[in-house]
Amino acid sequence: MDKRTNIDQLIEQFKSLPGGLMPLLHAVKHDVGYIPDDSVEQIAKGFNLSRAEVHGVISFYHDFNTSPTGQHCVQICRAEACQSMGSRQIEAHAKKSLGIEYGETTKDGKVTLQPVYCLGNCACSPSIRIDDDIHARVSAASFDQLMAELRSPATTHAGGKK
Amino acid sequence: MSMTFFIPQDTTALALGSDSVALTMASELKERGVEGGIIRNGSRGMFWLEPLLEVEIDGSRLGFGPVKSSDMPSILDSLNSRTKNTKSVNHPLFLGEVNEIDYLARQQRLTFNRAGVGDPLCIENYQRLSGFVGLTHAIKLKGQEIVDQIKDSGLRGRGGAAFPAGIKWQTVLDTVGEQKYIVCNADEGDSGTFADRLLMEADPYQLIEGMAIAGLAVGANQGYIYLRSEYPVAHKILNQAIEHATEAGFLGENICSSGSDFFLEVRLGAGAYICGEETSLLESLEGKRGMVRAKPPLPAIEGLFGKPTVVNNVLTLGAVASILEQGSKTYKDFGMGRSRGTLAVQLAGNVKRGGVIELAFGVTLREVVEGFGCGTYSGRPIRAIQMGGPLGAFLPESQWDTPLDYESFAAIKAMIGHGGIVVFDDTVDMAAQARFAMEFCAVESCGKCTPCRIGATRGVEVIDRIVQNEDRDNNLILLTDLCDTMEFGSLCAMGGMTPFPVRSALAYFAEDFGGESPREN
Repeated sequence: MDKRTNIDQLIEQFKSLPGGLMPLLHAVKHDVGYIPDDSVEQIAKGFNLSRAEVHGVISFYHDFNTSPTGQHCVQICRAEACQSMGSRQIEAHAKKSLGIEYGETTKDGKVTLQPVYCLGNCACSPSIRIDDDIHARVSAASFDQLMAELRSPATTHAGGKK
Repeated sequence: MSMTFFIPQDTTALALGSDSVALTMASELKERGVEGGIIRNGSRGMFWLEPLLEVEIDGSRLGFGPVKSSDMPSILDSLNSRTKNTKSVNHPLFLGEVNEIDYLARQQRLTFNRAGVGDPLCIENYQRLSGFVGLTHAIKLKGQEIVDQIKDSGLRGRGGAAFPAGIKWQTVLDTVGEQKYIVCNADEGDSGTFADRLLMEADPYQLIEGMAIAGLAVGANQGYIYLRSEYPVAHKILNQAIEHATEAGFLGENICSSGSDFFLEVRLGAGAYICGEETSLLESLEGKRGMVRAKPPLPAIEGLFGKPTVVNNVLTLGAVASILEQGSKTYKDFGMGRSRGTLAVQLAGNVKRGGVIELAFGVTLREVVEGFGCGTYSGRPIRAIQMGGPLGAFLPESQWDTPLDYESFAAIKAMIGHGGIVVFDDTVDMAAQARFAMEFCAVESCGKCTPCRIGATRGVEVIDRIVQNEDRDNNLILLTDLCDTMEFGSLCAMGGMTPFPVRSALAYFAEDFGGESPREN
């Protein structure tokens, strides 16, 4: 099934749900991996909104990326509790060791690095999130190990294997 | 000898490897032919002990922690060789009877009394521990009588603003409308807070029960839990809990044969901190940009989709269930002054023993941080404590004897907020923290009002100039002026309170801001 038909089906599913645009965008992101720019018009039509309104919602929220990410999203918590446990160093280490800035993807297409503000794991900081798995008390060494697992050619499943 | 093993499945325990502990335990049990099952419980909130393994044996709940997979064989050996009917096990990770661990035993748990006891999704377990008793009571009462109980209890909103819950409910009850809503604010974005998450992951039916009671009280048949997307574990658990509660007749049409309906749905946020502000949250729930609304109209009168809406925090709604179960007087008997009941303190950051600590209002910050936290994780001296999330003030040691009470904190220009305490040791750079407060506001501002949208960006620049000693005196005046503009000119607490951490860092930790000495005049 192509991307467009898929999105059409999702629009059909969510358009009569009260406040259905947010659940729709989450569903598109879940299925396609991002919110394609060329789906804005399609979504606007389905929800009887202007393209500007749909674009406005997409651009407001950090979660709704409009271009593909790597195979895994690695989020580093930048909030205060993690800072008190050295997350600024983890952040610097991550950027340096992966050779990318926030919002960028490693050359092998495996890892996209993103900032996040609190994962609710603040008693065991610093924390990172790999896809849907959260990791506590992360050090530079454990970060490297997690990245090696993600980036090894054999790894095909979702990240965060403990 | 039959044993039941409890291995938590909340975010923190999972983040520390509890899944692999459970796997190892399962294969060890099989290999040894030991009779015994594994229950994936919620956490007790003693996160410094996670993963905490509990063993139910001879009527006791014995704890071991923090455990690793590789500890399973030796723990099973030690259980085997223990003297029967004693609570003593010879193992380095043995903690004794879990309820007797001082960290837990010294708490006054009303909202979190079930957390970690059993499988969070088991309705029978919830009911065995007095679950849905409050809802059963509520069904026999008129809406006004339920609202009166909440008013009598003195319960104030636990999200941070501390507005009396009963008054909010009264407004919604009194507003005429065919359609009303109950919205749970589960957008727990403050750093250093995780009590909402723990309740949703360890005792989700309590939230569901509180919301159903709120629905009966004000005449609302639809509820939404607005959950932040950073909580994937809570998302999964809540959805399953709603499904089970609906099957069991506690949600949906004609709940508990009361003649009233209550439908409940989880909606995910999308990474915007501002959506924890109630009007921004409502906009987001409506499928829009999370732009803050001007008040009035109050959400209680014109809330979600323009209808009368109760917006309450997870812990507020959780407390509702216990108030209806035990009576408003029991709840009111805890606390001090106008802060009644209990506060779920969340001890976080650079602290040795972090976790959720539920206590009656009135205990001092120092008693929590030193008595429960036992100092920093790094072992270095504590230098600053940030209370109440990213909009809360940084407190120097001279203020640590302030009792945890909304009014006492307001008096020192600080706030309790949602109860998060973040501890920093003496390596912290307070100028960098002040700069971060402004930077965070710049990233997360909804952009509706100028003081917040532009002020935060200018704030970062001014702090940078001060630290670089560039036209220092004038820039300090400018920063104070900017803080005034943000504090008094912003539409909501985001811009209005970002100056709190900035001003307190400057006032109490001026030596970190470069220059020879703080400006004197």
